Amino acid sequence: MVETLTTPVRSRRPAWRRSPLTVAGLVLIAILALIAVSAPLIAPADPLKQVLSTRLKPPSAANWLGTDQLGRDVLSRMIYGARISLLIGIVVVGLAASVGTFVGLVAGYAGGWLDEVLMRLTDVFFAFPALILAMAISGALGPSLTNAMIAIAVVSWPVYARLVRAQVLSLREREYVEAARSLGAPAARIVWGHILPNTLAPLLVQASFDMGGAILSAAGLSFIGFGTQPPTAEWGVMISEGRNYIATHSWLSLFPGLAILLTVAAFNLIGDGLRDALDPRLRGTG
Amino acid sequence: MTLPSYLLRRLVGFVAVMVGISMITFALSHVVPADPAIVALGDHATDAQIEAFRERYGLNKPVPEQYWIYVTNLIHGDLGISLHTRRPVAADLRNFFPATFELSLTALILSILIGIPAGVISATARNRLPDHVVRIVSLIGGSVPIFWLGLILIGFFYGRLGWLPGGARIDKFIPPPPLITGLFTVDSLLAGDYKAFWSSVHHLFLPALALGYFSTAIIARMMRSSMLEVLNHQYVLAARAKGLRQGKVIWRHAARNALIPTVTTIGVTFGSLLSGAVLTETIFSWPGLGRYATSSAINLDFPAVMGVTLLAALVYTLANLIVDVGYQWLDPRIHHG
Repeated sequence: MVETLTTPVRSRRPAWRRSPLTVAGLVLIAILALIAVSAPLIAPADPLKQVLSTRLKPPSAANWLGTDQLGRDVLSRMIYGARISLLIGIVVVGLAASVGTFVGLVAGYAGGWLDEVLMRLTDVFFAFPALILAMAISGALGPSLTNAMIAIAVVSWPVYARLVRAQVLSLREREYVEAARSLGAPAARIVWGHILPNTLAPLLVQASFDMGGAILSAAGLSFIGFGTQPPTAEWGVMISEGRNYIATHSWLSLFPGLAILLTVAAFNLIGDGLRDALDPRLRGTG
Repeated sequence: MTLPSYLLRRLVGFVAVMVGISMITFALSHVVPADPAIVALGDHATDAQIEAFRERYGLNKPVPEQYWIYVTNLIHGDLGISLHTRRPVAADLRNFFPATFELSLTALILSILIGIPAGVISATARNRLPDHVVRIVSLIGGSVPIFWLGLILIGFFYGRLGWLPGGARIDKFIPPPPLITGLFTVDSLLAGDYKAFWSSVHHLFLPALALGYFSTAIIARMMRSSMLEVLNHQYVLAARAKGLRQGKVIWRHAARNALIPTVTTIGVTFGSLLSGAVLTETIFSWPGLGRYATSSAINLDFPAVMGVTLLAALVYTLANLIVDVGYQWLDPRIHHG
């Protein structure tokens, strides 16, 4: 299957490895995943534990990134926040990509009126500015992390549907698919076994960009009160809680914001690298 | 396909999309676990008051009938009454829209003015310092949480330096200009009130910068990659071979053609501007649709939330329609099949 995904390679090293920025993105995400997994082991303190005697302390040897307005350790909250952000990225992209891929496969392979209806449906979802619809959805379902993830997935699936459909349309007429069809293979097997694997490359590129996008949207929703709720240690919530202290105790918002920036940038770098690797025509143009 | 028949097809699609949108916004209000009547009237309302409220807003009718009432009202420009402000939603939207429009438009203009030259410079200086700078700055722009950026800008330019205001549309000691377009910058110029003009420009600067950074980054990236493609084309080589000055080749020949795909990106960017406006307006206490939407959603004010969502979808769909038609006009080679 790997052969079908890669295009003629000029160097023995895969293209993504030739780009130091892509490697940097991968390393950043690996570190972040490690931090998220081992949070209980490496966090110096309980992220929810309030020590009112040490409120709003600037970064020091005892609290590397300082303490917040309730005396909680900012570094520990940041470390636990990594878990939520990665979880959001994985769940949202997983949901959106599964639904979108399914819709795209059905629309592209079935064609006709079903295709028309499904594509108009993606048009409708495309028309909503993502955050506004997500806000309406999490407002309607009640603000929580789960509902925020559902809301972001609802606005993210159409792009996968269109991507997969476009791929299916071009693959459907390929000789090997026609061969399978003429041998009497059932539609489901042709789609699953012959078409789907060949749509994975552009999906992967889209997914890595969307991981970052989902993390940004979820943090935005939390910030305005429609996502993760306090006192949970989440980066968007932390920025929101530090909002009133921005001029005097800037570290409260500064560090979680930097964490979001680095994480999203890392996913974007990986997306760029994958796109260049999978489509050499675009190499270095992004 | 000719332009009129293309336009007709797009208009039919536009109406279909708007119907779909109204169904979704309407459906959303029906999955809400809370009772809007109780939310609006408070816990102490009597049963009779609640019944009267439901009767008044059609909340006790069957769902299809409620949807029918909703759509019929929409067509007449009636978006219902906001449960929170107790005013017609359409009037509220009219009130808040100009502030959001002024902010988004300024952000868009800034991002076009900065993004396009940045992309061109980046492409022509490929793999040299200006290119690296543009690429890193655009990477950050595509990754930074807009609300955080807003906070940092306020903390620095308002909190620390005191150079720029940290919120609102105009200085509180300066009376807003007489209402003509609702855009403070335009209205104050029309009224000849330069003090109000400068104050509103001052107040626009930081929020527009925060809001526009993302789209600037997207436009710069798109412009860079389409410039790189165009620069390899025969006609650019021909123009160079003819001995034209480098600047003329780049700006007159290459950039003009590289603009075509970028125009589409600008249309798509408009959606992100509207989403971003929600966060930017919250940070900068900007009295626009975004802040209205947030407070309405918190108060479970469905008519208001549905109104904002509908308006945003309408504006976004229209913007893309205009861009697509503009695209057709810009590039006569494109035939829509």
